[in-house]
Amino acid sequence: MTGRILQHLFLGLVGLFLAMPLIVVAGVSVNEKKSLTFPPDGFSLAWYGELFTDPGWRGALVASVLLAAFAAALAVIIALPLAYFLWRRIAPWANIFRLLGVAPFILPPVITALGFLSFWATAGVYGQPVTAVISHAIFFVTLPLVTISLGFTTIDRALVEAAATMGADDRTIVRTIILPLIVPYIISGYAFAFVLSLNEYIIAYMTVGFTVETLPIKVFNALRYGYTPTMASASVVFVLVAALVFGLIARFGDIRRLLGAMRSDG
Amino acid sequence: MRREPPRSAADYAPIVFPGVMLLVFFVIPFSIMFAVSFFRRNPAGFYSPDFVFDNYARFLTPFFGTVLGFSLLLAILVAIICVAVSVPFTVLLARASRRAQTLWLVALLSVLSLSEVIIGFSWSTLLSRTAGITNLFVAIGLMEEPRALLPGFGAVLTGMVYQALPYTILILYPAIVRLDPTLMEAARTLGASPVRAFFNVVVPAMRNTIVATLIMVFVFALGSYLLPQILGRPRHWTLSVLITDQAILQSNMPFAAAMAVFLVLISLALVGLTVMAGGRRDAS
Repeated sequence: MTGRILQHLFLGLVGLFLAMPLIVVAGVSVNEKKSLTFPPDGFSLAWYGELFTDPGWRGALVASVLLAAFAAALAVIIALPLAYFLWRRIAPWANIFRLLGVAPFILPPVITALGFLSFWATAGVYGQPVTAVISHAIFFVTLPLVTISLGFTTIDRALVEAAATMGADDRTIVRTIILPLIVPYIISGYAFAFVLSLNEYIIAYMTVGFTVETLPIKVFNALRYGYTPTMASASVVFVLVAALVFGLIARFGDIRRLLGAMRSDG
Repeated sequence: MRREPPRSAADYAPIVFPGVMLLVFFVIPFSIMFAVSFFRRNPAGFYSPDFVFDNYARFLTPFFGTVLGFSLLLAILVAIICVAVSVPFTVLLARASRRAQTLWLVALLSVLSLSEVIIGFSWSTLLSRTAGITNLFVAIGLMEEPRALLPGFGAVLTGMVYQALPYTILILYPAIVRLDPTLMEAARTLGASPVRAFFNVVVPAMRNTIVATLIMVFVFALGSYLLPQILGRPRHWTLSVLITDQAILQSNMPFAAAMAVFLVLISLALVGLTVMAGGRRDAS
């Protein structure tokens, strides 16, 4: 019995550790005056309003959402045919591309960021918004690649075999069998890449840091040149967006399976 | 559909676009960075082409040695703390109900996806004098008056553990969920206490996974570039911070690139070790 209590206590402590900074930030974000105090002095949602009315913050919000939306889409467009090819064909050499797709995510992000900085500077397009989209798409291609590859492993090859025997060509099979089966994995991959791109700082900073202000860059600049509770409200919005997106994935998909727990009966 | 080797040109079609994108926008940038690391700094622009080893020679200074040593020690410390907390945590998590597991996973993913900027800001608030946790200690009478707990080594370490903990748990999760639950039951039936069963059965059964996770978290922690800046003093800066600093603020791309190449080599060597540890696990 005491063992059970201790176990819950341990889980609770880890949960508290993870939640604590977010609770304080949420508290700070509802301060009535322009100060970062906790417990909050008064209650006001004005700083959330500022996020959408202040041109600087709204601009950063729009820039971040656009960047994440396009980058995640491009990441999926790169990952989907690659995962399909790896699943459909026997081509050991093609695994090098799987490795290339996973590498940016494993290496320290500073390195990838610096690679992009030298690349875009050499190419002479340094600072263009599109460079950030491509850079993020490459950096986060790992996520759709992993989820979509996982999706392909769940397809029963006998099903596809049957369709082929009955005269369906590759195109018909992809459209009528494969796509419907892996759409949930495509959506998850897109969602993962979207949320992470929304939060990404260093690559955005090194590619378009001097021309476009994304939300993380804006928060960092505010951290340096003058605190405002809007930073806190922006942070809370980030947490809520992430929780909402992952919550939706969990609601409509099997998040445990996506994270590698194959025995979905557990 | 059987898997078959590609024959006609059309069979290769799907891989053309991803292949070109990855080569052009990942392999080429890395090659350029590698080349830049041998270039000479040009105060007027970014750099001028050359072939010198000066940028690598700077590694031999005591300053660089100190930063490198500190970065490695900090990352090792973060990895050990995270794994020590995550292994028992994940074992408990894997035994929780499906619903509880899903909730935890959503929460962990949400924290994991947070920007380093936001983690840094949150902890700097939590450890500050005006809004910080010390106010709570004062309120319950543990402390005389609130004080700032940053900047300092403790703050950097706490922030980095916070950042790496969800990552560690999510790496361990698949391995621990698939761990045979009867192992633990057998140990319990034979009279071992849960703690003893954990250390004598679960930990040895997962030795390779734990080693691989330690290395993965170590590499992850090496990549932390903002937390040492926000939560620490300049003497707590790591290699990643130094790279950012040299590239952006000092405009010394060649030196930044040389440090980045060095960091890639350390990371690749360690990831290689992980793969080997994983291979041994598969073989056994």
